[in-house]
Amino acid sequence: MVPFPLPFLIPAQGGVRLKTLTVSVVTPDGPVLEDSFEMVSCKAENGELGILPGHIPLVAPLTISAVRLKGESDTERVAVSGGFLEVRPEKVTILAQSAEKPSEIDVERARKAKERAERRLKAKQDDVDFRRAEYALKRAINRLKVVND
Amino acid sequence: MASLRDIKNRINSTQKTKQITNAMHMVSASKMNKAESGAKSFVPYSEKIQEVVSEIAASGEDLEHPMLQEREVKKTAYFVITSDRGLAGAFNSNVLRAAYRTIQERHNSKDEYTVIVAGRIGRDFFKKRNIPIANEIVGLNDQPNFSEIKDLTAETVQMFIDEEVDEINLFYNHFISAISQEVTSKKVLPLTDLSDSNKKVTSEYEYEPNQHQILDVLLPQYAESLIYGALLDSKASEHASRMTAMRSATDNANELIDDLSLQYNRARQASITQEITEIVGGAAAQE
Repeated sequence: MVPFPLPFLIPAQGGVRLKTLTVSVVTPDGPVLEDSFEMVSCKAENGELGILPGHIPLVAPLTISAVRLKGESDTERVAVSGGFLEVRPEKVTILAQSAEKPSEIDVERARKAKERAERRLKAKQDDVDFRRAEYALKRAINRLKVVND
Repeated sequence: MASLRDIKNRINSTQKTKQITNAMHMVSASKMNKAESGAKSFVPYSEKIQEVVSEIAASGEDLEHPMLQEREVKKTAYFVITSDRGLAGAFNSNVLRAAYRTIQERHNSKDEYTVIVAGRIGRDFFKKRNIPIANEIVGLNDQPNFSEIKDLTAETVQMFIDEEVDEINLFYNHFISAISQEVTSKKVLPLTDLSDSNKKVTSEYEYEPNQHQILDVLLPQYAESLIYGALLDSKASEHASRMTAMRSATDNANELIDDLSLQYNRARQASITQEITEIVGGAAAQE
């Protein structure tokens, strides 16, 4: 045992750049993913957003899009349907009403949802239905894109 | 006095009923466990969203958002959560009575309120009483996913945003433990008690693009999560309540079978005694 603390083992306050950040993706049906990554890039409502470790605390709404999580060796993708992103220096939380990894996406269901939404959009009913169909279409397209990429 | 055969038949039929109620008891017990774990996996989401909402509420100087503002109540919506099936003791009647009484007390005309109902029993109850139903959902799974009720919650919150209703109240059975559930009523919208959390603000957030737009996304999502949480809570209560009801039905059947067995044995003995008396009497007559 070392009788005194070695100075280089004590992390300096502030100045040190953190290597990774913990990312958790949470939905009402339970956590989808929790792991550490080097970078998070996602599409917020007013443009692309890249988060590195040590980012200032931030809250931003997300669009229906794919979130890319860059790890040491590979990149994971998660399809999110809106929701928002909460950033702290060492942790990123994504709260969405639904979020799926590519392996969890039901392609058949997404394809059907896409067709159904397209039919509804063609039929052009009142405003609410129109908006809902539009969202449904966006979600379906997003899921299919994440699977196919 | 009932004949031997009558008593035997009653014992048999009670026995069969008991088998069924016992099976339902065990099914409900396992469903309740699953419902509880479903509710547990919802906890991280609800805690996080609550945290962010209250942090924004605590940090914001003047938060003006239609979903936070109390406005003059012209029309109230009651969101009542019941089950699709009965045989759950007082589960449905309790929550329906509470909701119905509140409606009767507060309103004179049908234009002042509307009901959003989950569960077949509740829907039939309100339909029978000619109470306006704005929206309904029946045939929910025993372990509901968020995607199943997303449309309903979104439409409910939209009703408030569109100012179709000015207040939304929830009525549901809150799960306390496997043997105790409590009817709870809660105001979902407008959201008024956000900033009262006694936690101090841990971090000053940057808002991208600004607070108002974040609240536009966050508050509906938060309100929807409140409704979904109540639904999960109510599902766990339903299974717990059915479990208790079925257990007491099984206990009652056991008691009934005991009583009937006693009656049966008495009747059997009486008939044997009678036969012996007859034989003895017959033998005595021949001497």
